[in-house]
Amino acid sequence: MNFLILSLIKAAVLAGVLMTTLAYLQWIERKVIGHIQLRMGPYRVGPHGLLQPLADVVKLITKEGVLPSHVNKLFYLLAPFLAVALALISIAVIPFGPQVTIGPVTTWMQLTDLNMGVLFVLAVSSVGVYAVALGGWASNNKYSLLGGLRSSAQMISYELPLALALAAPLLLANTLSFRAIVDGQAGYWLGFIPRWNVFPEIVGFAVFVIAAFAETNRVPFDLPEAENELVAGFHTEYSSMSFAAFFMAEYANMVTVTAVATLLFLGGWHAPFPEPYSSFIPIVIFAGGGLIALYHGLHPARRKDKFTLPAAAVVFLGIAGIFGLSFYIPVMQTILMALFWFCGKVGFLLFVFIWVRGTLPRFRYDQLMRFAWIVLFPLSMVNLLVTGLIVALTSK
Amino acid sequence: MTAVIFFIFAGIAVFCGISLVAQTHPIASALSLIGVMGSLAILYLQLGGEFIAAAQVIVYAGAIMVLFIFVIMLLNAGAEGTSLQVSRFAKYVGMVLLAAFLGLISFIIQASLPKTEGVVFGAFTGGTAADVGRKLFTVYLLPFEVTSVLILIALLGAIVLARREV
Repeated sequence: MNFLILSLIKAAVLAGVLMTTLAYLQWIERKVIGHIQLRMGPYRVGPHGLLQPLADVVKLITKEGVLPSHVNKLFYLLAPFLAVALALISIAVIPFGPQVTIGPVTTWMQLTDLNMGVLFVLAVSSVGVYAVALGGWASNNKYSLLGGLRSSAQMISYELPLALALAAPLLLANTLSFRAIVDGQAGYWLGFIPRWNVFPEIVGFAVFVIAAFAETNRVPFDLPEAENELVAGFHTEYSSMSFAAFFMAEYANMVTVTAVATLLFLGGWHAPFPEPYSSFIPIVIFAGGGLIALYHGLHPARRKDKFTLPAAAVVFLGIAGIFGLSFYIPVMQTILMALFWFCGKVGFLLFVFIWVRGTLPRFRYDQLMRFAWIVLFPLSMVNLLVTGLIVALTSK
Repeated sequence: MTAVIFFIFAGIAVFCGISLVAQTHPIASALSLIGVMGSLAILYLQLGGEFIAAAQVIVYAGAIMVLFIFVIMLLNAGAEGTSLQVSRFAKYVGMVLLAAFLGLISFIIQASLPKTEGVVFGAFTGGTAADVGRKLFTVYLLPFEVTSVLILIALLGAIVLARREV
C-alpha cells in the first residue's frame, strides 16, 4: 500500500510541475522570440507579462468551443484528447534524479522505471501521430486534411533516423532502462571531461535533435501547420480547449523529447564538473542573477523596475540561500543538485528549440522529405554501424 | 489484480475486434484494429513479454496502421452501406447461434489439446530485449535471416512496381 501512496504523491507532484512548466514554457517562448525580433513580448498582464499564461488559460476556457457542422463528431472530439494524453504519458518513465532517502522512505526521483523505458517512449511517440492525423481528417477540411497527411508522412519518415540515433547510445550503455543509461554516464574522463554519450556520439546527438524538431512539428519542420499554405494546418477547425489541447501536446512533446536527449546523451542529472566545484555553480548563478537584478532595481531604467527587479532579486537570492543551506542537509543537496542539472540541461535544449524557431525559415515539403531519407537516414545508419563495430571490438 | 486487468483488456480486445467488423466506416475499422493491437500489447506485457509488447505497439500500431490510415485518408473512402438485408429476428437468433457455435468450437479445441498447467502471470522471465535478441541470433538464426530476405524481396518488388508507374 505504501507503494501506491508514494506513487500517487509522485504523480501529483509531477503532474502539477509539468502543467505549470507547459504554461510557462509558452510564456518563455513568446518572450525569447520577442527579444530575438527586438520586441518586448507579453508585457501587460502582471510584471513583465508573468501572469500571461493564466490569462491565456482563462481566455481559452471561457471561449466558445465551436463544433463545425461538417465534421466527423466522434473523431473530431477524440483527436485532442488523444494528443494530450499521449503527450503527457511518457513523462512517467523519465527519471529526474538518483535514489533518495527522505526519513523512512527510500525512493527514486522517477514515477516508474521500466527496463524497456526507451522503447516505451518510442512506442508512445509513434502512436502520437494518430492524434494529428485524425484531427486533420475528421475536420473534413482540405487544409486540415493536407496538414494531417503531411504530419503523418513526416513523423513516420523522421521516426526512422530518430530511433537509429537513439540506438547508438543504447549500444554503449547495453540496456534499455533510463536509470541504467544515466548511471553509465557517471564519472569523468581524465578527471574533468564528463563521460556523457554526447562526446563519442556527437553525430547521433545531432541527428536526434534534428529529427526531434520534425517529430514535434516545430520550425523549421512545421509543415503540418504551415500557415502561409494551409491556414493553420490540422487544427484549423479547432477552437477553445480542444485547440489548447493540441497546443499543450506540442509543448509536452518538446519537454519529453528534450528530457530523453538529456538522459541519453547529456548524462541526465550528472553535473558537468567534479563534485566539490559543481555544488557551488547554482549558488554563483542564482546569487549573481539576484545581485544584477538588485543593482538594476536600485538604478531603475523604467519606473516599474523600482519594484519588480528587487522582488526578482529577493527570489533569486532566496533560491541561492536554499542551495547554500542544502550544504548542511545531504538529502536536500542530492535532490536539489540533481534537479538543477537535469532542469538546466532540459531548459537549455528547450531554449535551442525556441532559438531555432526565431532563426530558421521553414523548409519546403520535398526538401523536408529528401533531407530525412537522403541525409539523416544514411548518416544515422553509418553512425550506428560504426558504434556497433567499436563496441564489438572493445567489449570482450 | 492481474486477473482483473486481464479481463478488462481481453474484453476491450474482443469488443474492438467485433467493432472492427461491424463498423461501416474504414477509419473506424482501422482504429478498432489499433485498439485490438494495443490491448494485445498489454496482455503480452502481463505475460512477461515486455519487448514483444513494445514491438507490437511500435511496429503494428505505430507504423503499419499509420500507413493504413494514411491510405484510407488519401483515397477519402466514405462509409459503406450494408448490402445485406436481414430481418431483426434473424439478427438476434444469429447472434445467439454464433455465440453457441464459437463456444462449441473453443470447447472442442480445449478438450482435444493435452492438459497443461494454467498460465501464471509474471512467471515467464525470458521476455526482455536482451533475451529475445540472444534467441534470435542463436536458436532462431535461420528463420531470422530468411525473414530478412523475404522483406528484402518485398521491398524490391515494391520498388519495381512503383518504377513502372512513373
